[in-house]
Amino acid sequence: MNDRRKFLLGATAFALSGCEILDGAGKPDSLFRPVFGASEGLTHLAQRGLIGDALAPEYTEADIRQGQRPNGSTNPETAEYLALRDGGFRDYRLRVTGLVDRPLSLSLADLRQMPDRTQITRHDCVEGWSCIAKWRGTPLGLVLEQAMPRLAARYAVFHCFDVAERSLSGEVAYYESIDLMDAWHPQTLLAWEMNNKALPIANGAPLRLRLERQLGYKMAKYIHSIELTDTLGLLGQGQGSYWADRGYQWYAGI
Amino acid sequence: MPKGPLVRRHSLATRLTHWGWAISLFFLLLSGLQIFNAFPSLHIGQESGFDYDNAVFSIGAEQVQGEWRGITRVFGQSFDTTGYLGLSGESIPGLKPGEFRAFPAALTVPSYQSLALGRSVHFLFAWGLVISLAAWLIFSALNGHLRHLWPSLSDLRRLPADLWDHLRFRFHHSVKYGPLQKLTYALVLFVALPGMILTGLCLSPGFNAAAPWLLDLFGGRQTARTLHFLIMLGLVVFFIIHIAMILLAGPINELRSIVTGWYRTDAKGEHHE
Ligand code: HEM
Repeated sequence: MNDRRKFLLGATAFALSGCEILDGAGKPDSLFRPVFGASEGLTHLAQRGLIGDALAPEYTEADIRQGQRPNGSTNPETAEYLALRDGGFRDYRLRVTGLVDRPLSLSLADLRQMPDRTQITRHDCVEGWSCIAKWRGTPLGLVLEQAMPRLAARYAVFHCFDVAERSLSGEVAYYESIDLMDAWHPQTLLAWEMNNKALPIANGAPLRLRLERQLGYKMAKYIHSIELTDTLGLLGQGQGSYWADRGYQWYAGI
Repeated sequence: MPKGPLVRRHSLATRLTHWGWAISLFFLLLSGLQIFNAFPSLHIGQESGFDYDNAVFSIGAEQVQGEWRGITRVFGQSFDTTGYLGLSGESIPGLKPGEFRAFPAALTVPSYQSLALGRSVHFLFAWGLVISLAAWLIFSALNGHLRHLWPSLSDLRRLPADLWDHLRFRFHHSVKYGPLQKLTYALVLFVALPGMILTGLCLSPGFNAAAPWLLDLFGGRQTARTLHFLIMLGLVVFFIIHIAMILLAGPINELRSIVTGWYRTDAKGEHHE
């Protein structure tokens, strides 16, 4: 009985302290960082191998039972954005720059004149909720075709209008990046319409990314410009996206 | 009780993989509760209803007569769980909704609110679980353990008697597992753990593209999330019974067997094989 009691006490103490075991693992210099990095690399590799270029599931009109829940920034307030918004985004130009042979500057009308794609898909937020909505936009691949990325280009970086963080060191605008395999995927859209209406401001007007095989935070809203690059090291704090710089996974397929 | 011979009950592969999944499940549980806390409600179907109600379970904080209370809802029934779920420990009185914690700090990894770290921990140990379960399956198929573990017809015939023995706290210590033990372990190894892994994979939008049929099988992403949570509860119940059985059957002997492999059996005639 004595042994049993000791064992029980030990097990309880272990369980109760369990919660604090990894409290330090969130620090950037934690020894766990490289371990998490390796496991995330493995996940990315395994998913790439498993998924290939399969399409995300698509749904029907009957599955749209509610509006698309906005999250993150819902109302950018920079002077540049407000001026564009007040002009109904007529003066908006999407610039495609970086490692491309033909830098582009496209108005919303230019984008709408290109072949477009409509898809009813499920949006999965990293928090755990899901929402089904209908998206219409220009496949990113068609825009890239015009811009003609150079051989060295590996990533498409999205610079956004919305300020995601205000701190003493200044304002940080949202930024996100995807690899070119995702960029060329047929369901990857620069969306300008949602549920049959012009994309609302809360959901990222004038232009947002749809990246259906990854979580919501990858789908940059309020896109200012797209830059093609061969490295993510120079962006933000070097992890490739606003949320990746804050401890989240850069590859968000899970 | 007269002692029987010391036998080798567990192979090295069984022991190593057992501790692989035990440690993995410990961290998976606590980081899973951390992840749950980011959106503490479970729904049925593909999506989470915001403009309509398809929730079956939720934990939140609500103001009841001017006072914040932790409220847990199961199928529309509410329970006041202040102190444990919804509002606990360091939760400050008068806090804004959204600042509450569904599961208390003592049950989450890390103890503070961090979805990012919770996810990193969860996916690391998910690999630990997958690898130890796969290794167990391969080694058990090769060394004959799989055939031994799989409940046979004669096991099923002996099940009622074995159940009755367990209810009277009569435990048999032989080199082989009893019928109830086989059935329980088979349920855990072939139903619960694979179910946990598959419903977990269905929460991945990437995996959904690879295997949309599995998502359909589980009835949509939010149903899969609900099932993931339910199987977790089942595993917690198994764990409690598992530990209770070890304590009742003799913790030193049982622990030695799953650490070193050696197990003291009952003297001849003590077990009814
Ligand atoms: C975390 C959750 C755990 C799960 C899911 C689990 C599951 C299992 C399974 C499936 C077996 C049978 C393995 C086989 O024959 O291949 C087993 C055996 C065993 N486990 Fe666990 N286990 C867990 C935690 C623990 C812990 C914490 C302990 C000790 C404190 C423990 C002690 C044992 C012992 C002693 C056996 C051998 C039983 C016997 O020989 O009759 N387990 N466990």
